[in-house]
Amino acid sequence: MDDDAQLVDRLRAGDERAFVELVRRYQPRLLRLAEMTVGNRAVAEEACQETWLAVVRGVDRFEGRSTFKTWLFRILLNRARTSARREQSPARVDSGDAVERFDEHGAWAEPPTAWSDRVDDRIVAERLAGRVRELLPALPEQQRQVVALRDVEGLAPAEVSALLGISDGNQRVLLHRGRARLRERLSAELGGDR
Amino acid sequence: MIGFWRRRRRAIVCREAVALMTAYLEDTLSGADRRRLEAHLADCPHCMEYLAQLRITIDALGHIDVADLPDAALDDLIALYRRWRDD
Repeated sequence: MDDDAQLVDRLRAGDERAFVELVRRYQPRLLRLAEMTVGNRAVAEEACQETWLAVVRGVDRFEGRSTFKTWLFRILLNRARTSARREQSPARVDSGDAVERFDEHGAWAEPPTAWSDRVDDRIVAERLAGRVRELLPALPEQQRQVVALRDVEGLAPAEVSALLGISDGNQRVLLHRGRARLRERLSAELGGDR
Repeated sequence: MIGFWRRRRRAIVCREAVALMTAYLEDTLSGADRRRLEAHLADCPHCMEYLAQLRITIDALGHIDVADLPDAALDDLIALYRRWRDD
């Protein structure tokens, strides 16, 4: 099977089969990323179409300094941002920093309710994965993008920092806040579920 | 007495432990911070539980599945390509 760079070369030469192969390879992940970042199937599909159009229009200017995947995701996130602004945005959780509460000594004011021992791999796959997918669009935009790219897409920290144009430290802070907020929401549902 | 103060200075509280957890999971903590966090976790069941919950959250995110590409969606994108090419 051709690697992405070869497919991009063939696409540049006007080979439709190379376009079809890239779409087969990336459209499912592109749509998942779009849905997670705009939170609306119709807008996500539109953002994906615009992304592929931008790919065929811009492939001559793609110099291979990043991977094709990173380039594709960057175009999508820019499109998704524009689309989300045009459409009604999903309800956002407030973007206050700390989710956890500590006392004046820095100890837990309200310790987390224990539920981790009741969660096994089956519950994670069958129930929690669907829940976090529903919860993701409610995160503030940058947290949502970092969490989706890191924890759902599995991109490396440096790839995500470069893609979003943020520092490694900022990337980690956004990841931390996003995960913490999702943990809190899961906790609210699982903690009382005895 | 000096040993006591050194230990006091090294010890961290829950708020700091939570703040270090993402860097801990990324394996980007300095050796000293990692030891401080691990010492705190060994003594604090609440922070240990919090870390376990964070790991479950990350695991759940990694299990969000990808839908198959329906033929109709592929056909739509091919049509898009041909319209662009023939323009």
